[in-house]
Amino acid sequence: MRIPCPLCGTRDRREFYYYGSEDYLKRPTDQGTIEDLDDYLFLRDNPAGVTRDVWYHEAGCGAWMVVTRNTISHEVLGSELVAKKKEA
Amino acid sequence: MPELIAKTALAGKKLVVAGTVLAEVDHGVVSSIAPYPGQGDAVSNALKPLGFGFPAVNSFAVSGEALIAWAGREQAFLIGADCPDLSGLAAVTDQSGGWVSLSLQGPLAVDALARYVPMDLRLSAFPVGAAARTPLYHMSMVLLRVAEDGFRLMLFRSMARTAWHEIEVALKTLAARAA
Repeated sequence: MRIPCPLCGTRDRREFYYYGSEDYLKRPTDQGTIEDLDDYLFLRDNPAGVTRDVWYHEAGCGAWMVVTRNTISHEVLGSELVAKKKEA
Repeated sequence: MPELIAKTALAGKKLVVAGTVLAEVDHGVVSSIAPYPGQGDAVSNALKPLGFGFPAVNSFAVSGEALIAWAGREQAFLIGADCPDLSGLAAVTDQSGGWVSLSLQGPLAVDALARYVPMDLRLSAFPVGAAARTPLYHMSMVLLRVAEDGFRLMLFRSMARTAWHEIEVALKTLAARAA
């Protein structure tokens, strides 16, 4: 499996660390309800198809990224820097 | 204060296997430069007197004795020159004693590295002038392609002897197989 790093280019999966669902980037505010926090921490979709996850280029440039991939075909569809998303 | 002598990790070690040379390089001063958000251009301007700006992603530049290499997201290593005053522009940390620099040059260089580095090292994918963060075996590395058959490697000083051992084994195995 190869993952396209937005900075380094396509690299081997061994260079990356898997963090988890993109949901981890959507932390509820302090004003949210306890249900929001429960969702954020524990409730995950398990899609058959396109999924978006947070990965870390651990043995490379040290960037966090969101990788879009397909769990049925194993196709990797793209990636974007978390830092860029935060700026936008 | 007593005068302390700075020693490199491998005391200038050198190995020649079938025309391929592995040698430690004394890199002198190494500074990590991490520009604060939005200060990239200002940092580049401050570095101009050295003969280069902040390096583009996956590249390095040389000017005289000084070298600047991309070393990660919004980070570069300035090697062999004192860092200009970047206060307010970038986070600068001294890395001189934390790393070992190796040079690997010769006909076996690409094949030896290919045993440990999980990236495409062909010239078409990793040309002269390119820099990469990639592991050597499981050791974090800054890899520079200085010539078609020449590389400069930077690894953590604590792993200098392990890295040397691995590359030595690869070189000797390749040479033995060809013999």
